[in-house]
Amino acid sequence: MGNKQTIFTDEQLDAYQDCTFFTRKEILRLHGRYHELAPHLVPMDYTNDPECKIPPALIVNMPELKENPFRNRIVESFSEDGQGNLSFNEFVDMFSVLSETAPRELKAIYAFKIYDYNVDNYLCKEDLEKTLNKLTKEELTPEEVELVCEKTIEEADLDGDNKLSFADFENMITRAPDFLSTFHIRI
Amino acid sequence: MPPKKKSDLAISVEEVGMEVDATDSGSEDEARRRSRNRRVKPQRKVKCVSDDDEDEEEDEAPRKRGRKKRAKPQDSDEDDEEDKRSVKNKGSKAPRSRAAKVEREDDSEDERETKKKAGKAVPKKEKEEKNLEKKGNVKGKEEKEKDAEKNKKKKKGKLSSSSSDSSSSDSAEESLSEGEIEALKEQVEEKKQLIATLRNKPWRMKRRLLMLKEAQDFVEKFEGALGKGKGRKFYAFKVMMTKKLIKFKRDFENFKTACIPWERKIKEVESHFGSSVASYFIFLRWMYTLNLVLFGFQFGLVVLPEIMMGLPYGSIPRKTVPREEQATAMDLSVLLDFGGYSQYSFLFYGYYNNEKMIGLLKFRLPLSYLLVGIGIFGYSLMVVIKSMARNANEGGDGSDEGDFIFSWKMFTSWDYLIGNPETADNKYASITTSFKESIVDEQENQKDENIHLRRFLRVLANFLILWCLGGSGYLIYFVVKRGQMFAQMNKEDLTWFQKNEVEFVMSLLGLVCPPLFETIAELEDYHPRIALKWQLGRIFALFLGNLYTFLFALFDDVNEKLQNEKLIKNATEWALQEYQANYTAYFNTTAVPPQVVNPADVIRGPCWETAVGIEFMKLTVSDIQVAYLMILIGDFGRAVLVRFLNYCWCWDLEAGFPSYAEFAISDNVLGLVFNQGMIWMGAFYAPGLVGLNILRLLSSMYYQSWAVMACNIPHERVFKASRSNNFYMGLLLLVLFLSLLPVVYTIMTMSPSFDCGPFSGQDKMYNVVMDTINQDLPSFISNIFSYATNPGVIMPAVLLMVLAIYYLNSVSKGYQQANKDLKKKMQIARDEEKNRRNNKDSTNQVMKDLEDLLPNKSLIPPPAEEEEETPIDVVVSKGKKSLKTKQGAKQDGVNLERDVSLAAPNPRAPVTHGPRPRERPPVNTRGPLPGPGRGRGRGGPPR
Repeated sequence: MGNKQTIFTDEQLDAYQDCTFFTRKEILRLHGRYHELAPHLVPMDYTNDPECKIPPALIVNMPELKENPFRNRIVESFSEDGQGNLSFNEFVDMFSVLSETAPRELKAIYAFKIYDYNVDNYLCKEDLEKTLNKLTKEELTPEEVELVCEKTIEEADLDGDNKLSFADFENMITRAPDFLSTFHIRI
Repeated sequence: MPPKKKSDLAISVEEVGMEVDATDSGSEDEARRRSRNRRVKPQRKVKCVSDDDEDEEEDEAPRKRGRKKRAKPQDSDEDDEEDKRSVKNKGSKAPRSRAAKVEREDDSEDERETKKKAGKAVPKKEKEEKNLEKKGNVKGKEEKEKDAEKNKKKKKGKLSSSSSDSSSSDSAEESLSEGEIEALKEQVEEKKQLIATLRNKPWRMKRRLLMLKEAQDFVEKFEGALGKGKGRKFYAFKVMMTKKLIKFKRDFENFKTACIPWERKIKEVESHFGSSVASYFIFLRWMYTLNLVLFGFQFGLVVLPEIMMGLPYGSIPRKTVPREEQATAMDLSVLLDFGGYSQYSFLFYGYYNNEKMIGLLKFRLPLSYLLVGIGIFGYSLMVVIKSMARNANEGGDGSDEGDFIFSWKMFTSWDYLIGNPETADNKYASITTSFKESIVDEQENQKDENIHLRRFLRVLANFLILWCLGGSGYLIYFVVKRGQMFAQMNKEDLTWFQKNEVEFVMSLLGLVCPPLFETIAELEDYHPRIALKWQLGRIFALFLGNLYTFLFALFDDVNEKLQNEKLIKNATEWALQEYQANYTAYFNTTAVPPQVVNPADVIRGPCWETAVGIEFMKLTVSDIQVAYLMILIGDFGRAVLVRFLNYCWCWDLEAGFPSYAEFAISDNVLGLVFNQGMIWMGAFYAPGLVGLNILRLLSSMYYQSWAVMACNIPHERVFKASRSNNFYMGLLLLVLFLSLLPVVYTIMTMSPSFDCGPFSGQDKMYNVVMDTINQDLPSFISNIFSYATNPGVIMPAVLLMVLAIYYLNSVSKGYQQANKDLKKKMQIARDEEKNRRNNKDSTNQVMKDLEDLLPNKSLIPPPAEEEEETPIDVVVSKGKKSLKTKQGAKQDGVNLERDVSLAAPNPRAPVTHGPRPRERPPVNTRGPLPGPGRGRGRGGPPR
């Protein structure tokens, strides 16, 4: 306990608990993981909110993310600069959204951001193609990719602008039976 | 605290005077001015000291001051500062000069802060002025957001304060009017609500933390102030208690999550094998808790009282091993067959005494035995149905399943839990194949030529499988019959195989048939998911058929035993009569002393209940043995062989033929379900069975999770966890119902053995309940009961229930219809809204949040600065974003450069976005509104 107390103050821990879906212990563990990623960069003592960011290359190599085809996008979406440099706050934020207890709406927002490769708040065909190629390791032929993307847009696009807005995406994803069970990472 | 705050507010109103109307302009505007205000501070400081009423500055200065004042209450992070100021203000009526002084102090304070912020920024970022400015912008932006929120609140507060405290005297401030209190309360509630839902907001962490702190401070500040005099203390106490309660709840929640067993283990498995395998373990854990409760009932209400308060072993015949068995009663082989001492122990029905009340507590054991036996079913039914309903709620309805085949595949097929390269590879493969399948489906939707062949094959496959099922059923029946024949023979003559034939054959069938079915199912060429359901259904039918065949054979056996028992009963009665007659004749007295016989020598009946219990016990044990051996040989042995023989083998064993075993989820789940069915069925006749099952589940949790991690590779065909869960539960429910039938049948129709078990001497088992009702409860209850069991009452009751079911069914159908309509309406509304939104700026809060979450490009180090080179899309989106989100932040004079650079892509915007109406409005609105403000801002000299 004595060791833990020095990392965060009680108020900080409470604040984190209010802001995330984690318990105290999990936040401490998250800090442990964060610290582990770059022991020379990250201080053990977080009581006075030190500013430090971990580059995406380190985060992406976490076992939880390593195999994920969207790992770079995940990290980028949660970083404030869009480059994937994560501060501890953003790091916690990421795993909070991806935790089991986060509500569907919240997850949908971030899922949208993750799949939005060119960051224009629309999922256009290029985004879908990239997503698909990541998912299948580019094993589909270009024609097949084309077909799937067209079909996807056809299915989910409600306003007929040939790209998916967030409303389209949300409408589609809230009905997906597996979204909640697959869009989460345990840490 | 509130009075201070209010005096402050009052002053600001007073001072601002004519500027009040300006307050109502858009919050962004205001915020922009505010932050500009900061930049211009040094200059203004001088101004304030020299003269406030300078003519040439009359346009500028008051506004600034007004801005300043407005801004001040907004800086709630700087509470101490605020307090200091308000303390100063409180003393007097705050004359103008004094206010100016205070203001100056504030300014310096503010400035210090800006410097601090800037200072922080400098070493981190480049030394370029531009970048520094950007950093400032970011900060400004952040504050702006929160200010926007705050402003609403403040405005409200300001309004109320200006209306009531127009005199702004200190004494008046002490007492708050009712309306204010209400408003405050409302705000406090609002803030509390915010704190509670903060984690659901799609904001950046930093912003969330800020908001939290702010809200907490606000609540802290005003909560105590609500209520006066007597009520005040109580209110404070209440607030404190709620705080404590929240803390306690949180701690308890933490504690609770820490108490969930095997969470880490399951997580580990989950991360390696995806959620489908984990779903089995979660099911196992669920089953374990269910059994733990059942065990609690069984052990606490039946076993323990009998052990503690009942007669000890050896006191009466049913608790004693018969003389002829005593020699071998302690042999291990006998004990393992549940013969000998274990047969006459508390594990089985026969051990329990029929004494109506036992011990000091007058515990009615027979009654409790019956009620627990039925209660187990009741409880299990309740739990299963409850969890099914919960799952159904969670899962939502799969009404429009066909609508989003590709979208769902695209966006939800990747399981983010996967953390193992092998699993990931498998997942890639399975996703690719599933896409290919869908593509093929899509392409082949129109043409299907070989339909006749396929139909023929499917019929053939079903025929084969039915044949298999029938064969296995017959085999079991045959074996059970043979087993009965063997049971008549002398035990020493039988081989081990002959003794355990039934269990052996059943386990063998369980092993052989599922793969056989799978091979046959290849013929059918179904979609994998449908095929899996068929497979599950078939295995289920097999198990069920086996179980029921076993049961029917058992009933034959029982009936035979009952006949046998009658003979023995007659014989014993006859012997007793003879003894009495002889005694009377010999001693010539009618007072016959009871016969003294060693309990081991008493002639006893076959006690069919114990026999049934033993059968179930044996079946369970052999099931466990087979399952564990299969894991050891089929998984572990195979893994070891593949792993080590691979060094000296002609082909690649790991990738080629034998490979490692997959974790067969469906088989395991079905095994678990059937095991549970056996427990439910057998628990009535063998109270120890539940305890055995607990041990089995416990060990299997560790054993299987080890085996999975050590020697299995993930399933190639991914069995979706979310939907199948209710499928498992449905199977469980079916099994529960099917195992309920025979037990209830025996309880209601069979007469219990005359010399063993808690119901001995009764005609029917349920007579225990009747006796209790008739004899031990007040007579009116028995009257009620006799009325209730009257057919005249039962028939209408059944009718009523049928009607109720019909009614509820139609109601639920109506709801479904309404649901569908609502969905349609929502769809339409959404479309409409979208159309509307296409022509307007985004009004949706979520959309705004989304925009806000776009990465802040200004934080990117210089390399990303070349916007001009990036594709047009990005540039435009950037332009748009900065227009939207940074309007408030970029009003500074120094920002000129940036404005210019922003202006550059602008001319292009209409061209690229011509067809897209969504982009236009921001451009339009931007024109007139912030124009003048920025103009002035530029006019000010840069720092």
